[in-house]
Amino acid sequence: MLRALQLEPEKCTGCLQCEMACSFENEGVFNPAKSRIKVFGFHDQGRFAPYTCTQCDEAWCMHACPVEAIVVNQDTGAKEVLDAVCVGCKVCTIACPFGTVNYSHDTGKVIKCDLCGGDPWCAKACPTGAITYVDIDNTGLDRMRAWAQQSSAGSASFNVPTEKDVQTYSQAQ
Amino acid sequence: MQHIVIGAGPAGVVAVEHLRTYDPDGKITLIGDEPEPPYSRMAIPYYLIKKIDERGTYLRKSAGHFDALGVEILQDKVTAVDPGAKTVSLAGGASASYDKLLIATGASALTPMIPGVESEGVYRCWTLADARNIIRLAQPGNSVVLIGAGFIGCIILEALAASGANLTVVEVENHMVPRMLNDTAGHMIKTWCEEHGVKVLTSTKVDAIESGTGDRALNVVCDNGDNIAADMVITATGVRSNIEFLKGSAVNVDQGVVVDEYLQSSANDVYAAGDVAQGKDFSTGGFNVQAIQPTAVEHGRIAARNMVQGHDHVHRGSVNMNVLDTLGLISSSFALWMGADGGDSAEVSDPDRFRYVNLQFQDDMLVGASTLGLTEHVGVMRGLIEGKVRLDGWKDKLKQDPTRLMEAYIASTQALGHNAHVI
Repeated sequence: MLRALQLEPEKCTGCLQCEMACSFENEGVFNPAKSRIKVFGFHDQGRFAPYTCTQCDEAWCMHACPVEAIVVNQDTGAKEVLDAVCVGCKVCTIACPFGTVNYSHDTGKVIKCDLCGGDPWCAKACPTGAITYVDIDNTGLDRMRAWAQQSSAGSASFNVPTEKDVQTYSQAQ
Repeated sequence: MQHIVIGAGPAGVVAVEHLRTYDPDGKITLIGDEPEPPYSRMAIPYYLIKKIDERGTYLRKSAGHFDALGVEILQDKVTAVDPGAKTVSLAGGASASYDKLLIATGASALTPMIPGVESEGVYRCWTLADARNIIRLAQPGNSVVLIGAGFIGCIILEALAASGANLTVVEVENHMVPRMLNDTAGHMIKTWCEEHGVKVLTSTKVDAIESGTGDRALNVVCDNGDNIAADMVITATGVRSNIEFLKGSAVNVDQGVVVDEYLQSSANDVYAAGDVAQGKDFSTGGFNVQAIQPTAVEHGRIAARNMVQGHDHVHRGSVNMNVLDTLGLISSSFALWMGADGGDSAEVSDPDRFRYVNLQFQDDMLVGASTLGLTEHVGVMRGLIEGKVRLDGWKDKLKQDPTRLMEAYIASTQALGHNAHVI
């Protein structure tokens, strides 16, 4: 069963632990600017939204690549950038309508979420359940429910932040 | 079913792959006129700076990719198409019959009408063969003149500058990359190039390329009176669809092959895709040649499907978009970047840091954009434009700060806490 990242902005407190974990796992530094998942803040409303690649079926980035440098990982379903093949032409960065492929000046290549090979650290580091790694069939339901909810009056309470264990990072893992 | 695809660029290659998906048993022939395996012209600038070897330019990396798909590759040049007899004529003298034909012959670099342009030492930068010549002559201390500061001219600047050659760029328009950026952004790119040691002459026309006197083989005569001694001249003055072989056939051509919303030409069972196709533009609804990679791929996929399954997939139009790296300064432009009738715009400019964002709106939707120095979340501009996302109150926020594109997109499309009423 393929799994996917489920993002629930209503549970996000903007702590940026996901960005710290992502940048350390993938770039070896604690630097949110190098994270592949980004938390967008709506400070005037006190809201936050974690956002990254959904590994969409359309795979605009992959199809737009002129040198076959983005491929599907058959185990995880992630669309992965092959660093050795990427020439840094950036066509994928304009082709992705979700804005989740970025160009890195440091490496001269593009960077996107690869689900950490099937063990995404953003989900493991999230302390409120705003980012979870779940069966792909389940990811849409709560989103649709939340979207449908917006037109009805009053507030719902089914999706409040929930306490969960936080896995701490260890390079040996 | 015999499918013939003419042209082994991205549109042709994506088309044969999709033809195989939709028609597992059909015969598929891909005809290309260059000797190399199908390769990407987009990758040539990176081959020039030796970031990749020649193999790195290949569109498909695994050996036997086309064999495994059961696609026959034929190196030959198609000289004529007869839609009545459903045949194509080959330069080798043979002819081949098709049930469905896809024309994906791409475009070629224009040779500007300048006296002396055929001289030894004057090259275009379009094919791998051109690239090999450029690598040979772009040497430290040599003088290189680049005619044309459009997309291709700018993207090969890095390779030329890295070679250690002395570079002069001559552009006839009043700013660089005139078909992708406005004059504000174009002037910033010019300043950037000058700061990186490249001499840039805008609003300048080359009158002639003469034999040089002294050490340099060539002398470039400009209309401002300048004479530039050069070892090599590279012309990059635009491209034109490869449609010559269709003259006199029943396939209508204009800028490129005229196609309908199914990418079929005026002739039954003849389709066109990529740089040769005058396809539908998402923003204008008109038909034009975009000559960009994402459109070529989209055309290839849709044409293949319609060739096999009947006309069940309408091409609703491709968003014209470009991303360009000029000596490390990255620019992008999308759709109606020059603005829409009755629309309004927002702009933020920081020339000292080479940062620029220009947004074009119609009602409360983004319809075009151009940027300089932006590498994060660039694609969201496509998402906002192609998704026709209603920005509502976010338009005002973007007019105050055009860099907040991602927040605008998320707030307008996602069930956030505040619009989901869940907290």
